[in-house]
Amino acid sequence: MTAIDQSILTLILLVPLAGAILVALLPDRAKLPNWIALFTTLVTFVLTLHLPAHFVSGQSGFQFEVNIPWIQSPAIYYHVGVDGLSMWLVVLVGLLAPIGVAASWKAIETRRKVFYSLFLVQQTAMFGVFVSLDLMVYYGFWELSLVPMAVLIAMYGRKDGPRAALKFFLFTFIPSAPLLVAILWLYARTGTFNFSDLQYYTASGVLPAGAMFWVALAFLFAFAVKVPVFPLHGWLADTYNEAPVALAMVVAGKLGLYSMMRFHVGLFPAQARALAPLLIILAIVGVLYGACLALVQRDFWRLMAFAALSHLSLIVLAIYGLTLTGWSGAVYQILSHGVVDGALFLLLGVLEVRYATSAIASYGGLATRLPRAATYFVIGALAMIGLPMLSGFIGEFTILSSTFTEVSRSAAIWAALGVILGAAYMLSLVQKLFYGPESTLTISRPPADLKFGELAILTPLVVLMLVMGLAPSLWFNAIEPGVHPPALRKSLVSLPAPARGQVLLLWRNGSQQPVQITTHTEGQR
Amino acid sequence: MNPVPDIYRILPEVILTLTGVAIMLVDASIPPAWPRRYLGFLAAIGTTIAIWASVWQLSLPEGTGFFGTVETSAFTVFFHVLICGIVLAALLLSLDALPTYSHHQGEFYALIVFGAVGMCLLTSAVELLLVFIALEISSISTYILAGYRKETGRGPEAAIKYFLLGSFATGFLLYGIALIFGATGTTQVYQAARLAPVAQNQPLVLAAMALMLVGILFKVSAAPFHVWTPDVYEGAPTPVVALMSTAPKAAAFALLLRVVYEIFPHLRSVWEPLLWIVAVLSMTVGNLAALRQQNVKRMLAYSAIAHAGYLLAAFAGIGSIGIAAAAFYTAAYAAMNVGVFAVIVLVAGYDEQLSLIGDFRGLIYRSPLLGSLLIFFLISLIGIPFTGGFFGKFYSFSAAVGGGAIALAIIGLLNSGLAAAYYLRLALVTAQRPAEDEPARPMPHVGPAAIAAVALAVLVTLVLGIVPGATLHAAQSAAHTLQVPPQPSEAPGIPLQSGQ
Repeated sequence: MTAIDQSILTLILLVPLAGAILVALLPDRAKLPNWIALFTTLVTFVLTLHLPAHFVSGQSGFQFEVNIPWIQSPAIYYHVGVDGLSMWLVVLVGLLAPIGVAASWKAIETRRKVFYSLFLVQQTAMFGVFVSLDLMVYYGFWELSLVPMAVLIAMYGRKDGPRAALKFFLFTFIPSAPLLVAILWLYARTGTFNFSDLQYYTASGVLPAGAMFWVALAFLFAFAVKVPVFPLHGWLADTYNEAPVALAMVVAGKLGLYSMMRFHVGLFPAQARALAPLLIILAIVGVLYGACLALVQRDFWRLMAFAALSHLSLIVLAIYGLTLTGWSGAVYQILSHGVVDGALFLLLGVLEVRYATSAIASYGGLATRLPRAATYFVIGALAMIGLPMLSGFIGEFTILSSTFTEVSRSAAIWAALGVILGAAYMLSLVQKLFYGPESTLTISRPPADLKFGELAILTPLVVLMLVMGLAPSLWFNAIEPGVHPPALRKSLVSLPAPARGQVLLLWRNGSQQPVQITTHTEGQR
Repeated sequence: MNPVPDIYRILPEVILTLTGVAIMLVDASIPPAWPRRYLGFLAAIGTTIAIWASVWQLSLPEGTGFFGTVETSAFTVFFHVLICGIVLAALLLSLDALPTYSHHQGEFYALIVFGAVGMCLLTSAVELLLVFIALEISSISTYILAGYRKETGRGPEAAIKYFLLGSFATGFLLYGIALIFGATGTTQVYQAARLAPVAQNQPLVLAAMALMLVGILFKVSAAPFHVWTPDVYEGAPTPVVALMSTAPKAAAFALLLRVVYEIFPHLRSVWEPLLWIVAVLSMTVGNLAALRQQNVKRMLAYSAIAHAGYLLAAFAGIGSIGIAAAAFYTAAYAAMNVGVFAVIVLVAGYDEQLSLIGDFRGLIYRSPLLGSLLIFFLISLIGIPFTGGFFGKFYSFSAAVGGGAIALAIIGLLNSGLAAAYYLRLALVTAQRPAEDEPARPMPHVGPAAIAAVALAVLVTLVLGIVPGATLHAAQSAAHTLQVPPQPSEAPGIPLQSGQ
């Protein structure tokens, strides 16, 4: 068993990559690339399920850890591991992958080889971001995750693919330049890329505070663009509009939000706390701005993009509230958003394939012609709005209540207003698409309700929404020990000591005099 | 006494020279109707043997030969292998890319090999006059190769421009060498290095260094000595551009390393800010100009200028860290640049039917293999992790950060963000669906030799990006030999002319 535990994360990283190479090498005949991709993603999903099955709940620190030297100079380690924060995100990526493949089954008809191998590379990059505990390895996967996405948007964009892809790529790539400088600066000061070691150094206060402010800001900036946080969301709508459905499902939010929790707040708690009020304000602006813009969109992909901006901003609010409950809610909401958004994307993709338009006004009265699609869409929309008993409720409620009681009442009230607006745009979307008089477009095409394959994908997602809404403790038990918002004194001192030993040598700003620090032990739980 | 026979010290150069002479003789002696393509294989075999000979030189004790004029060390071997590797890839590429009817094919291959002789000698020469001769050997071959496509107007124009400006720049280098001789009384690198700090006429030493820097920076096409680059790249045949944008640059960077770190380490306070400015200028000018190009080769020419800037950033690094970073970057840049030009040769053909960015639209739909390869190399040029380009930039900028030039690193990384815009524009156009009214273009012909060349480039780019350890180790030992030169007692041939 231990052998599997040791290698499980490596397997999760390598299986999609192997699948990608296999797809690239085998001929593009019939549906062969599709089947290989589906098989690979299913195997990967089963592998990711190993994590929750063997995860020791209630234990803090990383599990399934692997730490072996990779490159000597600079000292880069292949260091991977998961904790409560990242484990379910890995499973979520694993779950969405086969669904993405299935969603592309009909939609992608040309150059399937290129599509599926890049899709699988994207999987590896996403897993890599979630499991890397070495900053350089993390940065590597972070950058790698851009490439397949950009190429696929350019290849399969609906109207103006290359422009959207360029926007997407540059928006994320340019902020990662300061991020790399910041990582290198940390390495130059501390001599390590190891997450736990760095966490210790930044908490110990030996690094100059002035420079740390800029380093933390570089981290935050890169992540805030990726989420996106309010004024940095320029890429989002175009990307949603142009990206193939399978990729839009996997791209949104997760990487940036996770990175904020792990690498911004996790590494720079003091700096994060200093900037938290600003981010809370930006998050509220984002919630309201996204919701208001979603209200007036005429294209459902753009509507989903601004809805995502609104929902992701709510999670940002929870993260920078810096409370334990808020963080648990944030992780939960990321998971829920992934599932719900995935289902809604699938359904909208189905509509677009059948009716060849994404203009909301062209639709109307679909409910009588596609009753099953309407049912599933309504459930998804309600889950997104946050109806009790569905997954969205738990996350939103936890976030809002923790903000109200522990952070700021006015913030919670404004954010709740955004949630209400969310109900307005989602319900009006449902109304315009599925109810009301049948439009000429809906009459002109033969009614084609969801087929068996589509139902087979959507039903598990809907069931998952229900289970997540009814039994959230299944997830919270694992999430809670993994989140360490720095507001809690306890979590600050429970940082694991660096693996190197009890005495650390640090070179203080410029001088060659080593400063001795002995690890303090009072915080070990 | 020196136990190593002198001839071993220049074994790769000898092998390459013999190969080149053999090609010319065979070319002249076989009937005109016979195909000349097989001479290319002869050249490739000779180059492969030369690579082997360079690696074998590692087993020799480090030291100089021929009265202290040539050196073998980890440094020379590193650059020999790199240069011969590039030449090998360029030869393989030319084998498939050169049209079979083209005339003077034998000369073409011979010139490439003779150019390689000059470049190899340039990295191993430790006598400034020999440096000058080596530079001329390599430059003259490159001038002729640049004008090889005589049927278009641009070829000769490129060659003449390159020749005039290049000769002018070489004049600067020669002036610098003369002034060194004036200040120290010697042109042997180690002796000059020992005597330069104690020379009475320090302004003369300073002037010598400045003139030599101008000459070398021209060869690496760093701003503000870069104006020849786009025109020459555009006019020269693409297989030649694959060669001349990498191999002579690698040799010139080796020379630059030798000059600044070995002859003038005591003037660091002077050349470091100078190279800082040149680095920033090169990156910024190169990238800004590349953004506006529509012609793919011109765009890559400006990007080559920017890459010279990234590489020069490594010179801000202290001691062997900077040298190793520069050497590593040279290797990474060579691999991906040869690769990108190789793909362009294969897509556009020798007569360059496709030259604008728009012409590459939908390449991935026409030819998934070439399209994916082009995107791969462009991604490496952007500097995405797990490719050689990433670690090249990484080591270069971390050397700069380590040397205290944080501003340089930030400017460099922002520049690489800027550069991503135009590389990506080409990559995304390649991935874009072809326009409906687009005329059907012929499937590019890809022969086995060209496949081998591209595979070599892909392999090196991936190895440098995923397991850079071995190459970095080689670059570090190269850096070490440059820091600690062999004992001068091994060169008893030249009496020390001190006492000025």
